[in-house]
Amino acid sequence: MEIPKTFLGYKREDGRTGTRNHVIILPVDDISNACAEAVANNIKGTIALPHSYGRLQFGADLELHFRTMIGTGKNPNVAAVIVIGIEPKWTKRIVDAIATTGKPVEGFSIEGVGDIDTIARVSKKAQEFSIWASEKQREERPISDLWISVKCGESDTTSGLASNPTVGNLMDKLEPLGVHLCFGETSELTGAETVCEKRGKTPEAQEKFRKTWSSYNDFILKEATDDLSESQPTAGNIAGGLTTIEEKAFGNFQKIGGCKFIDVLEPAEEPTKGPGLYFMDTSSAAAECVTLQAAGGFNLHLFPTGQGNIIGNPIEPVVKLTANPLTARTMSEHIDVDVSKILSREMNLDEAGDELIKATIRVANGRLTCAEALGHREFVMTKLYRSA
Amino acid sequence: MAGTDIIIHDEKDNVGVVVIEKITPKQDCDCWIMENDKSIKIQSMDEIPLGHKIAMTDLNEGDTILKYGHDIGKVVKSIKKGEHVHVHNVKTKKW
Repeated sequence: MEIPKTFLGYKREDGRTGTRNHVIILPVDDISNACAEAVANNIKGTIALPHSYGRLQFGADLELHFRTMIGTGKNPNVAAVIVIGIEPKWTKRIVDAIATTGKPVEGFSIEGVGDIDTIARVSKKAQEFSIWASEKQREERPISDLWISVKCGESDTTSGLASNPTVGNLMDKLEPLGVHLCFGETSELTGAETVCEKRGKTPEAQEKFRKTWSSYNDFILKEATDDLSESQPTAGNIAGGLTTIEEKAFGNFQKIGGCKFIDVLEPAEEPTKGPGLYFMDTSSAAAECVTLQAAGGFNLHLFPTGQGNIIGNPIEPVVKLTANPLTARTMSEHIDVDVSKILSREMNLDEAGDELIKATIRVANGRLTCAEALGHREFVMTKLYRSA
Repeated sequence: MAGTDIIIHDEKDNVGVVVIEKITPKQDCDCWIMENDKSIKIQSMDEIPLGHKIAMTDLNEGDTILKYGHDIGKVVKSIKKGEHVHVHNVKTKKW
């Protein structure tokens, strides 16, 4: 199949391209959720991104909070941003960082004003942003403006046999075209960590991966009270036939095909070494991982599932594929691409990879994913430790 | 090619994955090895559902399960060729 050289996206002020055109209302902290949701309810064409944190965090955990907030605002799928926090200082820090992209962004703080007046003031600005964004048009953009993140969920053995290798096939075909790619799930590479490490393109990348994985594994060993059965693998994984974390890891790892990663990113860190594959240090919980990848600037997500994970994200469209024929049948409203014919050998990986590329480009052009149509907007911050 | 009941990732693997809705005891199953496109046969001993693993050989306690050509855990209860391989007889070596 000849891969299209372009897709239809929204060109942003900083040169990046969005596959979506969201106006977001971003609360800095948990107690600003009510305000953000009230504004999004008032003003059509905006979405609120409520979450559970942002107070009394400190150190690396606070820095990750800021990086996630800022990265979400900077993501090219976002046309304009309203930031609402209880206090002005942290709010301003986020606004100023998002403003470096050149996109419209404005911050509001609630202290000394109260919810009702804040909602009124923010609504006026949100209306202005929403109407402004509604005039943005999609234009032809190079395929290399796609930044694709991947993560699998509720995996079973069909994931490792077929849906993950389908994503790997897509990576093998899109990497030479200058697409940015990202995989994560540090804990879920356990068992395959040595094989994965060798996929680092440079000794530095390999070394960084080894340190990142070891540190995550040390943390798990320290906190574990049992063998993690039903957490890793999950009860769903086990029902689907996955027995151990090692088996899950080798299945997971099929998603990167034959690609090598050029760098290891901190959670929510934006890649800076040009096109190619990146590894991001993330949890293996779906919503946490995709939220971090979206904050890293990725504009389209591919999500293979076995038993039927239903996750979506508010700003990054999540394309779901499965090779499990039962899931494809019983949960069809969640599945964008059905590759179950690989198991019956009526379809090969090359054909499945082409199907996935076609679906990816249609979604990049604006086709709603199943998760978007169902209203899945899981925005979940990763918390490193307790607040002060 | 229809008619494949079990797929095996790698020639070295001692387990295969059921890819039809289920296999039943004493069923003669057609297996396909992805790595080298070989076909082999095995008779099942248990009912095994879609996605679950079957032992391709007799396995003793302490043996290593190979899938994708790699170590995915250890046998904790001996397994006969054709039996269901899962959490009741295999455990992780990691956690």
